[in-house]
Formats: sequence, structure tokens, C-alpha cells
Amino acid sequence: MYPAQFDYRRAGSVDEALGLLQEHEDAKLMAGGHSLIPMMKLRLAQPPVVIDIGRLDELKGISEAGGGVRVGALTTHADIAASDILAASCPVLAEAAGHIGDAQVRNRGTIGGNIAHADPGSDLPPVLVLLGASVHLQSPSGARSVAAADFFQDLLMTDVGEDEILTHVDVPARNAGAGAAYLKFEHPASGYAVVGAAASVTVQHGRCTAAGLVVGGVGAVPTAVDVSSLIGADLSDDAIATAASGLDTEDPLGDIFASGDYRVHVGKVYGKRALAAARDRA
Amino acid sequence: MTVSIQLEVNGKPVQAEVEPRRLLVHFLREDLGLTGANIGCETSLCGACTILVDGSAVKSCTMLAAQADGAAVTTIEGLARNGELHPLQDGFWEKHGLQCGYCTPGMILSANYLLEQNPSPSDEEIREGLKGNICRCTGYHNIVEAVKYAAERMS
Repeated sequence: MYPAQFDYRRAGSVDEALGLLQEHEDAKLMAGGHSLIPMMKLRLAQPPVVIDIGRLDELKGISEAGGGVRVGALTTHADIAASDILAASCPVLAEAAGHIGDAQVRNRGTIGGNIAHADPGSDLPPVLVLLGASVHLQSPSGARSVAAADFFQDLLMTDVGEDEILTHVDVPARNAGAGAAYLKFEHPASGYAVVGAAASVTVQHGRCTAAGLVVGGVGAVPTAVDVSSLIGADLSDDAIATAASGLDTEDPLGDIFASGDYRVHVGKVYGKRALAAARDRA
Repeated sequence: MTVSIQLEVNGKPVQAEVEPRRLLVHFLREDLGLTGANIGCETSLCGACTILVDGSAVKSCTMLAAQADGAAVTTIEGLARNGELHPLQDGFWEKHGLQCGYCTPGMILSANYLLEQNPSPSDEEIREGLKGNICRCTGYHNIVEAVKYAAERMS
């Protein structure tokens, strides 16, 4: 399988990439290529120009910033999974990155490419929404940031404008007493999540003071579940199961592998397990 | 258009002009005649095309040749030294880690990457490390044995 013909440009800086984007209509940015190349081979994407940004070191790396962690758009899943900074400040993001695909995919795939592609079966989106991460975008007219919850707009659609580059993701550091977990029911062939559940629970002085649950794979975008019933509750298995059963989406995704109803059912089960795991880590 | 690329393949410098859409696996197989990297699923799932790029295991069906400009690439053809099989090649031979052999080059390069990261992996870690490589002859048990055999000899 070959992609359709295209012109190839390699950017040496973010500014150069922004210029190339302006110059070439319908051009696509390529980071690791692990979302875009499969789409191009299937001819689901046929960009006339591909702008390779994979060598922009300025967009790589993980650092502590503003009380949280900054992850450059070109940071690979392998580097996220192995990051000492994330292990200390935000282990659930590293946990989710370690579940992506397989070792080879994690060596090439990047967080920026992953979330800009916005596959509903992707592992990172529900985690970033759960964490309240912000996605940073740059255009010739300046930089802006958008909350992860607003970034994912629909199936394979995000808030990235045609003239913008995703530069980095900021993740808040976890609060004292917070535990979080990501659990995935994986498609055995593709490695994508049929359902992925990201949960967090904060316990202070023996009481639950905050809880969150976001499920991927059931809807076009990550689906947040209202688990506020857990705040002040005893966090028993029953209370957690009741909270997770609130997962609901009007138009669940369904395909040949898993119907919409099935995905919602599995989402509730994995939501319950993720909340329990988060509780046990809190 | 074409793109000029310069890279190192199995220790030898290579220079070429490639179409932008030329996939690395096709470049290796058809332009360089290195047919060890196999084309299986073509959708980055099966791992038959696995090679090392700058030491990291990657699926060469999901990488443009243009992206490999400047990189050091290792294929199965580059593992043996002075006519001596690499311990992993030896292990797949000794432990009967292959039947049809189609997945074997990818398995060996993924295992090579795994042992670089983790020189004495457990059975579970070997299986996790080889998750991106599919064998349809149901040979996983002996593949794990082959990797353990190599790990012992490389340590």
C-alpha cells in the first residue's frame, strides 16, 4: 500500500513550519507519522503536501513548568511512559502512554500527533481530559491554549486551526492525596482501546474530596461521567459501581467489533475498576 | 519531486533519491535488496517489517524513507558478525523459535531492542516486549525460549 503522491517539506523550526502551512493549502503536519501515514496508505487522507516537523527539538521533551509538567508535542509515547518527572508528578499519563499500541509504535508515535489525530480509541485523550490538561497552539498571529475538554470536538476533529501547530501540553501536578488510574479494554489486533477509562480520586483526612472519571471509546470524544456522588462518600465498591453506572452518551460508537450498547456496558465496568484502582492508590 | 537522503544501513553509508511517498520498507527491500524486513499487514500491526532506526525498534512500513534521512538503520542482514550468527539468531535456531519464518526478522529485531533495554527480562516482559510482533504459526512459546536463550548468552 502506497500513499498517494505528495510533496515533502521538512521544517527546521516552528516558524518555518508555520510559514510552510501558510504557503501550502491543505498541507498536513507530520510528527512521527503513526496516525497520518496509515491514513494516507488507506487513502483516507491525501494531502498534497506533507510538512515534516519530526526533527524540531524545540517541541521535544518533558519538563517541570508552572507547578505542573510540560510535555512537548513531539515527545514520543515511549519517552512519556519512561519519564521520571511524570512518574513523580503525574503517573497516570505515563501509565496510559505505556498502554499505547506496542513498543515499536511507542517509539515513533508522539503525544501531539496522537491528540491532533483524535482517534476515539486513543488512550491519551480521556487521561488529558481527566487531568484538566491544556493544549497549546501556535499560529503566525500568536499562541493560545485550550482546555483538553474543549480541544476534542468530534470524531477525528479538534480545535487546531488550519494555520496552527500544536506545540505542547501542560498537565497539572497531582494534588496531595490524589490517586489516578487508566484501565483499557484493548482491541486484540489494533491495540486501540475499545474502551479506556481514566479515573482519579482524592482522599484527605479519610474523606473523598474530589473524584473524576472520563471514558474513551464510547463516544466520538472522551465522555466525562458525573461521579460527584463519591465526594464525602465512603468509597465502597458499591458506591463506586453506582457512580460509574452513570456513564451515558446519546449516540455511542459502534463497529463490527463492539456495538454501542456493548461499549457503554464495558465502559461502566472499566470505569468502576479504574475508580477502585484510583481509590487504592490515593 | 524526489528527496535526497543519506543514511547508514547496517554500517554502510547509503545515498539515494526517493519519492516522498516511498516507504522505508520498500526502500530497503526494493532499492537496497535487503529483503529481510517483510511486508505483512501493511497497517503497522503485525511487526514483520520491524527494523532498528537509531537503535529503536520501529515498523518500517509506517515510516517514510525521507524520515530516515540521517539515521542509522539496522536490518536482520546486519546482525551477524564475521559469519557468526547473533545470539538471537542462534537462539531462534536452537529453540526452534520459527516455523514458516515470516515473522522472524521482525521478532529478532524487536527482541534485540528489548534486550538492549532490559538484558534479563522475565517471560512476561518478553511477551510484552514482543507484543507488536505477530506469529501466525502459533510459535510464541518457543520464541520466548529463544529470547531467554539469547539473553543468557549476551549477559
